[in-house]
Amino acid sequence: MDKTVNQKAWFLVLPVFLVVAFSAVLPLMTVVNYSMQDTFGNNQFFWNGVGWFKELLDPSTDLGGRFLASLGRNLFFSMVILAIQVPLGIVVALSMPREGWTVAACLIILALPLLIPWNVVGTIWQIFGRPDIGLLGYVLNAIGIDYNYVSNEVDAWVTVIVMDVWHWTSLVALLCYAGLKSIPDAYYQAAQIDGASRWAVFKAIQLPKMNRVLLIAVLLRFMDSFMIYTEPFVVTGGGPGNSTTFVSIELVKIALGQFDLGKAAALSLVYNLIILIVCWIFYTVMTNAGVERKVQASSEPAAEPKPSAALKPVPALKPKEGVA
Amino acid sequence: MHSIPGRRLIMGLFLIFLLLPIYWLVNMSFKTNSEIVSTMTLWPHTPTLQHYKRIFTDESWYSGYINSLEYVVLNTIISISVALPAAYAFSRYRFLGDKHLFFWLLSNRMAPAAVYALPFFNLYSAIGLFDTPWAVALAHCIFNVPLAVWILEGFVSGVPREIDETAFLDGYSFPRFFIKILVPLIASGIGVAAFFCFMFSWVELLLARTLTSVHAKPIAAIMTRTVSAAGMDWGLLAAAGVLTIIPGALVIWFVRNYIARGFALGRV
Repeated sequence: MDKTVNQKAWFLVLPVFLVVAFSAVLPLMTVVNYSMQDTFGNNQFFWNGVGWFKELLDPSTDLGGRFLASLGRNLFFSMVILAIQVPLGIVVALSMPREGWTVAACLIILALPLLIPWNVVGTIWQIFGRPDIGLLGYVLNAIGIDYNYVSNEVDAWVTVIVMDVWHWTSLVALLCYAGLKSIPDAYYQAAQIDGASRWAVFKAIQLPKMNRVLLIAVLLRFMDSFMIYTEPFVVTGGGPGNSTTFVSIELVKIALGQFDLGKAAALSLVYNLIILIVCWIFYTVMTNAGVERKVQASSEPAAEPKPSAALKPVPALKPKEGVA
Repeated sequence: MHSIPGRRLIMGLFLIFLLLPIYWLVNMSFKTNSEIVSTMTLWPHTPTLQHYKRIFTDESWYSGYINSLEYVVLNTIISISVALPAAYAFSRYRFLGDKHLFFWLLSNRMAPAAVYALPFFNLYSAIGLFDTPWAVALAHCIFNVPLAVWILEGFVSGVPREIDETAFLDGYSFPRFFIKILVPLIASGIGVAAFFCFMFSWVELLLARTLTSVHAKPIAAIMTRTVSAAGMDWGLLAAAGVLTIIPGALVIWFVRNYIARGFALGRV
């Protein structure tokens, strides 16, 4: 289905363009403006050129040190939660029941954490982890583990990571489940006839079919965890010390806490640029996947696996004619 | 066949892991504060509704829910109504700059809220919308409008082109076709998109808190204030938290098969 060229379509897009431009372009211009200036309050501004940006990327200054430290923490955090959530999500998706009312029940319970307001997610874990009134903190301390997320840096990190796993693993699982459901039964029957082991089925059929959704999941999780603010803010407030201060928390501290507009704006721009790059990768992947899907749909009348360059199905597992 | 050994056990353990913290919150909301602080009980031994009663009778509490609902509903209506025509345009036509525009929308969906907090504060103060539901509703458009466009585009693409062509041959004008034929056809898509706009606006705290001070303060902001100021009214906090979960829990049944799709911007 080819799209027709029609410039009048702009009229249909115009409302969206105006609304988003109003809330995105105008503020962004302000940010660019501020990032080049310094202020001493009273709305007096002084030209500072690229001074803030230089400072931002120089770890020896106060601003640069804070930014790079929080950036490092944030990247580490993103890597850790990806390393946990992606395998766990796959395992959970593979553990989904096949049919019956349990499917709906599992889907609903899985989706529940995703729909809880982020500050309430923070509140839940703040309460759950407290040694005096929370089940988790109480049990851990009762069995002899000295756990206190308010004063101990490691405990604070563990709490924030477990909280994020609790909050978002379901998303990876649901995405993977959507990918798994699209695999035709014929593939499994063929694998069974060939006597493929479970691991071979996973490696040759399920993983390649989940390829695309997994990529989406990884990118989404990376971007969201890179922007995390509310949950750690509620639970740890960025502490103890600065140990769980991520980029967003640092930025809000500088912008709304100290009203240091120039520094905050420069930080915002660099921060936004990083997100923009990841976002571009995401977009490219999505568009390519869309094209691929269309090609696949038109060139594939039967349920024949399309050998892709990256992940070829093992020849022995190819569904045989007349069997499937 | 798409299952692994021990799947019941894995699933069971994971579901318990998900439910336990929520149970603890619900449990605490029914306890008296003295029971919370003095003993560790697995269920409320002296169950009480005092916290819920307080929230429903104290205006400073229940107004938070009303304020939140106001901007969330406003935002959902704005997002869906501007996104519908755009989704149709993206789905059916190629036009100058369409790909760039699509990417630009996506990049706004992904932009960190922290970046926009301060400029939004200035912008909405300057045009006199600060501390009104409109400020938050418009601010949340930055991520909800792109989301709605992406989700709806997927649903519109599912409608065969022949339907448009037949309608136009039958003499339908474009607006009439849009309202009489297209909207009913993608009604479920509109429902899903509205649900996600509602949800993402409902769970957001940073912008909502920054753009309000007194009159339009959302429930999320009232909750954080109580933690820092009044300190230890854990029961009340838990009850307020439970009430914020309810809107999501109520509609979850209807959207259970669309959750992955909504979070992946309609691309699954």
